[in-house]
Amino acid sequence: MSGTVRATLERASPARIARRPSRSQLIKASITTVLLLFAFFALPELLSLYYIDTMTQVAVYSMVTLALGLLVGRVGLVSLGQVAVLAIGAWSAARLLFATTQPYPLILLEAGLITMVAGVVIGLPALRLRGLYLALITLMLAGGITVVLATVNFPNGGHGFLGYNGSLLHIPPIRRPSIAASDPAYYRFSVIIAILMFVLVLAHIKTKPGRAWAAIRQSEPAALAAGINVWFYKLWAFALASFITGVAGGVLAGAVHYLYSIGFPTQDSITLLAVTLMGGVFSLWGAVVAGFLYQFLPALLNNWGVSADWLIILFGLGVLQVLTTAPAGLADQVPRDLARLGRFLRGKARRPSPSRGAS
Amino acid sequence: MIEVGGLTVRFGGVTSLDDMSLTFEQGTCGLIGPNGAGKTTFFNVLSGFVRPAAGSVRAFGVDLLSMAHFRRARWGLRRTFQTEQAIEELSVFDNVAMVHEHSRQGGSRRGDVLDAIAFAGLDADPEASVRTLGAGQRRLVEVARAVVGRPRLVLLDEPAAGLPDEETSHLAEVIRRIPEHTGALAILVDHDMSLVSACCTTTAVLDFGKLIASGPTATVLRDDAVIRAYLGVA
Repeated sequence: MSGTVRATLERASPARIARRPSRSQLIKASITTVLLLFAFFALPELLSLYYIDTMTQVAVYSMVTLALGLLVGRVGLVSLGQVAVLAIGAWSAARLLFATTQPYPLILLEAGLITMVAGVVIGLPALRLRGLYLALITLMLAGGITVVLATVNFPNGGHGFLGYNGSLLHIPPIRRPSIAASDPAYYRFSVIIAILMFVLVLAHIKTKPGRAWAAIRQSEPAALAAGINVWFYKLWAFALASFITGVAGGVLAGAVHYLYSIGFPTQDSITLLAVTLMGGVFSLWGAVVAGFLYQFLPALLNNWGVSADWLIILFGLGVLQVLTTAPAGLADQVPRDLARLGRFLRGKARRPSPSRGAS
Repeated sequence: MIEVGGLTVRFGGVTSLDDMSLTFEQGTCGLIGPNGAGKTTFFNVLSGFVRPAAGSVRAFGVDLLSMAHFRRARWGLRRTFQTEQAIEELSVFDNVAMVHEHSRQGGSRRGDVLDAIAFAGLDADPEASVRTLGAGQRRLVEVARAVVGRPRLVLLDEPAAGLPDEETSHLAEVIRRIPEHTGALAILVDHDMSLVSACCTTTAVLDFGKLIASGPTATVLRDDAVIRAYLGVA
């Protein structure tokens, strides 16, 4: 056995591959835990009801951008139909919440599964396409779903399959879980569901499907040569993204109490893609950043009396900036730039000033 | 053992493989020919990326052409690419593990993967991201992917392209040992005649899609038709 081979064997001993967390991984995990604890316990105590509701929306849309980021960043599939998928989830959850007395988490699971089936049905023909054509097809499908929703309306306590009674007055609100009836409690409930969805995606990324998606994104021939059923794994990504978006729709239904088709315009899918790219599609933190950009920033501007329409321009510039200088988005760029700034400042502090050096 | 009979591939008006018939028995076999001779097309037919107009391919008694492309890897077909295709987002370990979990397996995943990395003589931390590796190391990641588990047929498409002499000689040693280590039949496509001579006992030569010579490497490399195909006629 050559020296190189022996050295490699020694380096590759099972103990080494046991993947003990490195120092940077431990720091990252600690920061994540502190932030989550802060978001869960402290934030509802510090914020007004206006911002608590906003933060619930951030949790909901973080799930949506998480799903979209999974498709775009992990598998390389650009979907412009996520708002319609969200609407399917919200519709299914609302219908089930009016029709049954099942526990809310179970309703969320069912809404996610129903949306997953719908997403797979949409995805089956669309998966034969790629790039701009896939984006276009998903946008058209989203437009179609929006038209259908405008016709059938969202359930409002009526009877029959559609659950819509045409009434505009005395509409019962969509219920919330009994333990999360208040806004702060429902915010905490939304955060828990969002964390579960993030863990679900993380579990996929770190295992067999994640490796398959990484191969598919870089090179489909290499993936095929590795024995990966490219079609199946793309469909799996579509199904998972639809499930997560469906669950997000279910959380949204309870958050807003009343759903209207006008709240799911097709063009919002384009804005969603823009903020997802800005946040960063290669990291899970990117989805959280995107959720803040999509929901918190407009709420902040509204509170300051500035029209949120200005954000369209900002998002346009943001996407341009991401595409030209930071393909991994703000979630990657900001910590890197901050670390660079820290190194620069440390270097400046250590270096003696010329005058002192001269004396 | 692989038996190819009357294999013909056409791209529009261009005949890339023209009634190609050959048999490779065992060991590491070479497939050479000038640019555009049809070598990579032949690999693409075996991988299932290109559908032939006519012909048959039987490998170890199995009709390879009737199998879906991703099932061929599960059966034991492996390949490297002319343009190296190590997956940058993954670590060395995950690159090899990815192939192991979708294909014909030998033992435990960890054992097989580490064995393949060690066999390739990859001088890198298995946990290192492929993005941080040099060109030679990335080529060895591809080789480790090609030998992990229990491959039956290993296709190596110009694995030494762009490598310096020292890395090429290490690669030659690895390639030469693939059949002995895995029990697989290896087919090497390369323009580097010293690499082909060092690794292959048998070699076939393609020119404009036609098989012009086949036999022991030393004999084939002295064949007049082969010399004419490479150097032209004075």
